[in-house]
Amino acid sequence: MSVNLQTFLVLGAVVFCIGLFGALSKRNAISILMSIEIMLNAVNITLIAFAASFLHTSNQGHLLTGQIFAVFIITVAAAEAAVALAMIIAIYRRRSTIDVGEINLMRW
Amino acid sequence: MSVDLATVAFWIIAIVLVGSALAVVVERNIVHAALALILFFGAAAGIYILLNAEFIAIVQVLIYAGAVTILVLFAIMLTQHSMGRNSNPVSTQWWLAALICILLGGGIIFAVGHSVLVTGSTSANVLPPGSGADGGSVVRLGQLLYSPFSYSYILPFEIASVVLLVAIVGAIMIGREEE
Repeated sequence: MSVNLQTFLVLGAVVFCIGLFGALSKRNAISILMSIEIMLNAVNITLIAFAASFLHTSNQGHLLTGQIFAVFIITVAAAEAAVALAMIIAIYRRRSTIDVGEINLMRW
Repeated sequence: MSVDLATVAFWIIAIVLVGSALAVVVERNIVHAALALILFFGAAAGIYILLNAEFIAIVQVLIYAGAVTILVLFAIMLTQHSMGRNSNPVSTQWWLAALICILLGGGIIFAVGHSVLVTGSTSANVLPPGSGADGGSVVRLGQLLYSPFSYSYILPFEIASVVLLVAIVGAIMIGREEE
């Protein structure tokens, strides 16, 4: 089987859905954060596959916009991980749990 | 039908990638899930190298496999009562989440199969042999990120550094002890 753009996009979609399932179904806040990191990496795979595809099929290949986007996604994901883990530790210090089913102050 | 090295490498890395992502989601012990996350980030870096994105692959190993997983492991260490076997429980409504994910995944794969943008370029192999003869994409990427004279992303780059500064200050303010 040859590997083309479609293969990479399907791979990214599969990994994204695995991460989405984890983010929706987990009760541990750290586990939800890990699933979100999986989803961000799936999006990065998709963007870099498009960048590599345009590098060879169009005359706009020198722009490399997909890779630039991936750099910014990695930056924002690192900032997000740092802030989210600080929030999780602060919640654990006050309530002695990080089970998202028990943090229900804003529940409707 | 000739099978080249890049295709074989892609399928091996893709299987490792999906398997480790499933391990992160399914594993009942959260420390094992965090260790599977390291494997996932490494496999993703392999995919980036296959796609001629060497700089992204190095950054992936440094930031994700290095820094983020260590941060996650520290947070697990600070927040677990005991490293029990059921430290990573699943919600009772997991079947609803599975249904949503299967519908979304089916929709995306259907769209990929019918998109003009994608099907118009299916003949072109995105795994080119040795297209990095002029130093790869790193030089061009650096010019696009930093160059103050030509067309570049210098303003978003500066804003991203401000975002990082705000994140550092915010993490310290949120995470420190009260009183």
